[in-house]
Amino acid sequence: MMNDIKARGSSEPLAPPSRNVLGYLLRLGGLAIVDAFAVWFLYVLLRDGVWPIAIPVALIVILVNIVNLNERLAAMRWQIPAVSIILLIVVFPIAFTIYSSFTNYRSGHILSKQQVINQLEGRLYLPEGGPTFAWAAYRNPDGEFGLWLVDEAGNKFWALPDAPIEEAGAVSEDIGPVDDDGYPTRVGEYRRLTGGDLFRSLEALNGVRFGEGDEAVQIRNTRQAATLQPRYQYDPERDAIIDQLEGTVYFGNEERGYFISEEGQNLLPGYQVMIGTRNYERLFTSPAFRGPFIRIFLWTIAFALLSVVTTFALGLLLAMAFNDPLLPGRKLIRSLLIIPYTLPGIIGVLIWRGMLNPFVGVLATTSQSIFGWFPPFLTDPFWVKVGILLVNLWLGYPYMMLISSGALQSIPEDIYDAAAVDGANAWQRFWNITLPLLLVSVGPLLIASFVFNFNNFTVIFGYNEGRPPIAGSPTPAGHSDILISYTYRIAFEGGRGSDYAYAAAVTVVIFAIVAILTLIQFRFTRQWEEVSESV
Amino acid sequence: MSDARTMPGSEQARVRVRMGRRTGSISRRRRLGLILRLLVAAVAIVFALFPVLWVISASFNPTGNLATQQLIPRNPSTINYQNLLTNPLSPFGSWLLNSLKVSVLTSVLGVISIMLSAYSFSRFRFQGRRQLLLGLLLVQVFPTLLMFVAIFYLFQQLGNYIPFLGLNQHAPLILTYLGTQMGIQIWLMKGFFDSIPRDIDESALVDGATHWQIFWQLIFPLARPMVVIVGLLVFIASYNEFVLASVLLKDVNQYTLMVGLYLFVSDAFTQNWGIFAAGALLGSLPVVIIYLALQDQIVGGLTAGAVKG
Repeated sequence: MMNDIKARGSSEPLAPPSRNVLGYLLRLGGLAIVDAFAVWFLYVLLRDGVWPIAIPVALIVILVNIVNLNERLAAMRWQIPAVSIILLIVVFPIAFTIYSSFTNYRSGHILSKQQVINQLEGRLYLPEGGPTFAWAAYRNPDGEFGLWLVDEAGNKFWALPDAPIEEAGAVSEDIGPVDDDGYPTRVGEYRRLTGGDLFRSLEALNGVRFGEGDEAVQIRNTRQAATLQPRYQYDPERDAIIDQLEGTVYFGNEERGYFISEEGQNLLPGYQVMIGTRNYERLFTSPAFRGPFIRIFLWTIAFALLSVVTTFALGLLLAMAFNDPLLPGRKLIRSLLIIPYTLPGIIGVLIWRGMLNPFVGVLATTSQSIFGWFPPFLTDPFWVKVGILLVNLWLGYPYMMLISSGALQSIPEDIYDAAAVDGANAWQRFWNITLPLLLVSVGPLLIASFVFNFNNFTVIFGYNEGRPPIAGSPTPAGHSDILISYTYRIAFEGGRGSDYAYAAAVTVVIFAIVAILTLIQFRFTRQWEEVSESV
Repeated sequence: MSDARTMPGSEQARVRVRMGRRTGSISRRRRLGLILRLLVAAVAIVFALFPVLWVISASFNPTGNLATQQLIPRNPSTINYQNLLTNPLSPFGSWLLNSLKVSVLTSVLGVISIMLSAYSFSRFRFQGRRQLLLGLLLVQVFPTLLMFVAIFYLFQQLGNYIPFLGLNQHAPLILTYLGTQMGIQIWLMKGFFDSIPRDIDESALVDGATHWQIFWQLIFPLARPMVVIVGLLVFIASYNEFVLASVLLKDVNQYTLMVGLYLFVSDAFTQNWGIFAAGALLGSLPVVIIYLALQDQIVGGLTAGAVKG
């Protein structure tokens, strides 16, 4: 790189370390802090088996280190913020989406296997036998409980919820006089509960864990308390979880993502495993899944195509109407006409949702009172689609108007003069000159607009969340859903839990479609070649 | 309805008078054409503005629905605005602050990263530069919107270890907006830097300036207009974003404005269109003003390929 700069005539190499020792040391110091943090973070990620996150984090850290330690890569240092964020937010999600479409990632299978084992091993239970304590209960003015414990050897302890258990001698609060039972009457603010007070508090006391972590004590009955034991233990050799309470052994099942007992009982929660192409098989072969998918797919294409055609037609019409420089108030007209475009998209959609609402909407009630009828824009499978296209026309025509009027001005006047000499009428001039020339320049933007509408979640979801529902679909699916809103509902709205992996499989299919469309766009415009040459 | 039409109508009449004076010589046919155009304009303006006028009207309508068939409500009042600003169940003030916080931070951090990256692409020739530039364009093919599942997972997991990067926090939202918008903007900015002659910085290099000094003291001041445009585009896109925010934020107090406004009309909430209208107006104001003020520059950016939702 330095060579390149020299070759272009500069005499000075880029930021030589000798000239800026302080900066160099500061950078090394910063790098050391980043690395220390990264080592800790990678350690905990790998300890818990969260390697899908560990990989991008490690990549970013390696990149930051190489670039900062190698003087030859000094120019890359400027790229660190942008490249790190794009790796994390764009590249990682692409990879993870593809990966997770081959897993069982869904409600109940959120965690990695190691995270599930850690969670299970943290669960405690009250054993039947084992060492016990005699206890007395205390309560402070705030209603919080404390427990005085005496073990079988006569050692005394003081225990509070969520705090380490202390030996009685080490308690800092002053301890009141001992009563007839041999327990202090109070410990600091806490007063001993006896008789009716104790009886009324028993139920609440029963569920309280005194102590912290795996050093926890719970009362077992009116006389005894006992140390809680970890309920589950993981045996890595057998890949099994042993339930200490019931004595059951649950074996890890890498196909179903559960620990399963010999009787076939699943231990909850499950964990993530690879399940091969099963999500795709469901999508393409199961009639119950395929039916709604095909219907939604076709509507997605139709929606995107019709949106582009209608917005472009109206936008072009308006652009042509106001292309005349003699037209008075041109600038004002344009400013007023682009107002729908300046509003945040979701707000525009929600305003229409209000106006079309059959009970409170102004369009609905006005039409009702004049014609006695209003199309069921929010409930009928057909009219919902009409309504969505109408709203999207309102949102989208200003953009088309703006790009068309820009492109119209670049068409040279003399072509029209020549056509007029040849006797072409207005319609012929539009059809044979304006439109073809216009399409050359706005064509790529139309394809981009198609791709944008293909994924125009905001309009569909804001309009009425994809409703009305398609009857009999095993996943949440509606008549006005497009692929992306369908994906969203599978992932976040499922009545039977979220199926992230299936959503990921649908996403991969959308990826493929979008990639093909973009390829066509690049072909169409030869943009890629231009870009490759110009960089 | 009739009220809505009078405004463009009278405008049209005034315009015709003025036109008659100025263009007395043009043919009758041409004048007919102009009148036709103005008629088209009138109809289009009604279509464009009717929803906006209606939402203004509804926001001052104390009955709390959009059904009243008059553009000027019978008993106009600011009760909706008062409710909007005082109801603790729908903390509009916090939403607005959240939105501004997220968009401003995204915009500032974005502009810095974009400029650093674009400067390096524009001025240095290093190994992997070409691949990186093309890669940046290539990954834009996959809209991040599609990847909400992965982004949800990413921050769900990160939040287990680094709480401020977890769900319901604003930092993940800012990172996500940065990631989704930077690619294209780096290209725009690089193009702009390329148009600044290299002689300027090369003579500075000869004088012993470092690249860092050149960047801050020479290039940055020259690029300031472009920086403002890029910053505003990033601001608007982040301010308007709805989908990713609704995936990542679940606590009402952490909502951004767009997610919050949606809450007013979703079925989970008792639909309250009057309050929604007031909120929609106040919430749209910042971006509408930016757009109308910077129309020409933003139109220029549009044709460069940015599509907005």
